[in-house]
Amino acid sequence: MAAAGFFYLFAVLAVASGAMVILAKNPVHAVLFLILSFFNAAGLFVLLGAEFLAMLLVIVYVGAVSVLFLFVVMMLDVDFAALKAGFINNAKIGALVGGVVLAELVALFSYRGLALAPTLSAASPIPAASSGITNTQALGDIIYTKYVFFFQSAGLILLVAMIGAIVLTLKHRAGVKRQSISEQVARTAKALEVVKVPSGGSVIPAAKHPEAAE
Amino acid sequence: MLETLQTFMTDYGWNLLILIGWSLLTLVVLLVIIAFLLLMDRKVWAAVQMRRGPNVVGPFGLLQSFADLLKFVLKEPVIPSGSDKVLFLLAPLATALCALSAWAVIPVNENSWGKWVVSDMNVGILYLLAISSLGVYGVIMGGWASNSKYPFMGSLRSAAQMVSYEVSIGFIIICVLLCVGSLNMTDIVNAQKTGIGTRLGLTSSLLDWHWLTLFPVFIMFYVSALAETNRPPFDLVEAESELVAGFMVEYSSTPYLLYMLGEYVAITTMCALTTILFLGGWLPPLDVWPLNAVPGIFWFAIKVVLMFFMFAMAKAIVPRYRYDQLMRLGWKVFLPLSLVMVILTAAVLRFGGFLA
Repeated sequence: MAAAGFFYLFAVLAVASGAMVILAKNPVHAVLFLILSFFNAAGLFVLLGAEFLAMLLVIVYVGAVSVLFLFVVMMLDVDFAALKAGFINNAKIGALVGGVVLAELVALFSYRGLALAPTLSAASPIPAASSGITNTQALGDIIYTKYVFFFQSAGLILLVAMIGAIVLTLKHRAGVKRQSISEQVARTAKALEVVKVPSGGSVIPAAKHPEAAE
Repeated sequence: MLETLQTFMTDYGWNLLILIGWSLLTLVVLLVIIAFLLLMDRKVWAAVQMRRGPNVVGPFGLLQSFADLLKFVLKEPVIPSGSDKVLFLLAPLATALCALSAWAVIPVNENSWGKWVVSDMNVGILYLLAISSLGVYGVIMGGWASNSKYPFMGSLRSAAQMVSYEVSIGFIIICVLLCVGSLNMTDIVNAQKTGIGTRLGLTSSLLDWHWLTLFPVFIMFYVSALAETNRPPFDLVEAESELVAGFMVEYSSTPYLLYMLGEYVAITTMCALTTILFLGGWLPPLDVWPLNAVPGIFWFAIKVVLMFFMFAMAKAIVPRYRYDQLMRLGWKVFLPLSLVMVILTAAVLRFGGFLA
């Protein structure tokens, strides 16, 4: 009973905050609702017994990706009046795209039915809770042992994409003064001088600072 | 209705009550300890600067934190008229809530009664990482909702800083997890019962703890924890010489108190995490009679206070970093180093023979 209660709580909050993402007038509020939605999705994962995935969802999406979203959105200078002026024109295209996606989803689920999930999971079944294998271990077995080749090739593709993005955006500007930290750190203490101060005497070495000695 | 209530109570009720009782106990003890740790922080700082520190309220100033609490609570909160009021008040609440909820998975002892922890989750360490990464939202939301220049800049800094250092903290935790083979916090401590010392034929002692085998990682974790909790020398989020008080400029009274509370709870969490990961949690420094008869929670508390002292000393004796240097340290020094340490640890565990 408690599990069902929590399911409805998380599900309703996830859907409601998902709706608020597109209904909120302020983009920063929209991103914050998106984060709330991620959070509730993580709650649903916990109810399914996939606590590892739930924590990863929070760490990766809520802890890192959404922070960057928020970072960008907060710095945007959005003119809301101009945004609303184009609403009617954009709404037609939006409705068209949304309608196509909805039709596709309906077609997919009416064709395969709800049998989709069990047939897929049969290839690598979820270990029973009594077997003593935690879902972290089960996931590790699948990703890093059974499908290690696919995992590594996906990693390589991402690496290539990352290098591509850096190459496209990196600009070497000439004539910019840069700090060389390794040079600074490796610098010896030539600029310093340890001086023995005679009691009641002066600390200014006359030879090095003739103007100070005068 | 009464019948449903009865079945609910028999099914969940008592567990729920025990859970609430544990949580309340943890929170109350934690908050009282935080009050004295805050005083200790100020006393250590004062001692380094050859001042007395707070010494008026109560004997040796022991009640100073409680006096501060009353002062903050009784003051009027000022909410700027141009601010986003809901987010402005939600932000400090989020900070305090995230910081406090981290203590749900921190085990403080294990004895014949069982594990002294609210929730013995098998992904406890990931939960902690997730919760500590949420701490950034309180700062970002507060800075943005204040609708003011300095708080906003402070919040932008914090967003970049906390995300950067989380990456290296993640890799450092992976190093420890490789040695332990479990994500459960209690397992991490128990894995430190055996180590270098026991392999040399000694009784289990502080030589078995991870601080020795993973010494470079231990140092990196300490520095990253300072950055993650926005403590000096990495407190650029609230650098008073540049940003007045950073994201907290517009805050006063109870909302400000919640920020301060959240900050200190997060620091204590990081100290407890260091204790669990590297300093053997509640294990005694030498497993012989007078030491192992002492309750484990005592050793745990001593280690947490020791780490807190290190945090306080860093605040007192290290000058503040410049922002670009902070970023360089995070991305160009700690990230590659921690990545190399992960590979090195894995290699030693796989091929190390005696060392593994």
